[in-house]
Amino acid sequence: MIALIGLVVGALVGLFLEPTVPAVLQPYLPIAVVAALDALFGGLRALLDGVFDDRVFVISFLSNVVVAALIVFLGDQLGVGTQLSTAVVVVLGIRIFSNAAAIRRHLLKA
Amino acid sequence: MTPDHLQRQAEPRSAWRTLARSFAPHASRGQVITGLLCALLGFALVVQVQANRSEGLSSLRQNELVRILDEVTRRAEELQTQVTDLRAQRTELVTGSDTERAAREAAAARAEVQGILAGELPAVGPGVELIIREPDQPIPAPVLYNVLEELRNAGAEAIQVGDQRLTASSYFIDTPDGVQVDGVLLSPPYRWLAIGDPDTVTTALSIPGGALATVRNAGGSTGLSSLDEVQVTAVRVVERPRYATPAPAIDGG
Repeated sequence: MIALIGLVVGALVGLFLEPTVPAVLQPYLPIAVVAALDALFGGLRALLDGVFDDRVFVISFLSNVVVAALIVFLGDQLGVGTQLSTAVVVVLGIRIFSNAAAIRRHLLKA
Repeated sequence: MTPDHLQRQAEPRSAWRTLARSFAPHASRGQVITGLLCALLGFALVVQVQANRSEGLSSLRQNELVRILDEVTRRAEELQTQVTDLRAQRTELVTGSDTERAAREAAAARAEVQGILAGELPAVGPGVELIIREPDQPIPAPVLYNVLEELRNAGAEAIQVGDQRLTASSYFIDTPDGVQVDGVLLSPPYRWLAIGDPDTVTTALSIPGGALATVRNAGGSTGLSSLDEVQVTAVRVVERPRYATPAPAIDGG
């Protein structure tokens, strides 16, 4: 419940403040958001599996974000930033889909 | 029933219950941290969406910008080529329409000249007005035709008598009622209008033994006056020739 409220509050704060993304963070923010989404779905799945642990969630959330940003940063330094961010998005997308499928099986039995 | 089936029946309730239980607000440390992270996620999500919507090129990488620049440059070159082509085409069309317009104007001028000569168009210009009265006896048609011939000889370009335009095919005949011109009965006095050089026409008509003398011999009286502007307003509808067609132009002649 608090998680949902947090999500809404965060979105509202973002809507009202309309902050500009610092140029340094611009390439990494979209990847970080996708990684955080992945962590969120993973957490939801763990909750339904009955193995949810807030410590694990926090660590996976943060590490997901940091690793995704690092990979893109590394790709930028190597000159393959575009391709690598595509790769990260694909991998995270697949994970989100499989997590969503697990959640669906838990809730809908289908 | 198999154990598997039992489990399947039991599970949905437990899954939804797990969800409901965890949604129930109880301020544990885990809930608060999760809420914080979710707030962070929502914030970042919205910020990124807005940035993506508002900022076009500034969020792109260098190689993407180079690619876009290349595309724009190539597109501009294509458009430039197109502009050159279209300019050339336009010049061609303008020249073509100029030529066409000149031809059309020449044709219109020719049509005017021939319309005046054939009696199709009203005409205006310097000329003479000749009024022939017949006090006693009717003037025979050949006498009037003689006047027409004399006017032609003197170079009159457009002639009308009464309200009849006289052309190359005009004729005068005597009928019991009077003189007919081109099938229309004329009634005296005969008012002639002729466009031509007034001096030449006047001289030609009044020479001794000429057209006017013949009219007077036939018992008519004449009144001739030179005018700066004569308006020949009568027109003749020219029918298409039924048998004659234009002969093919002879080359090298």
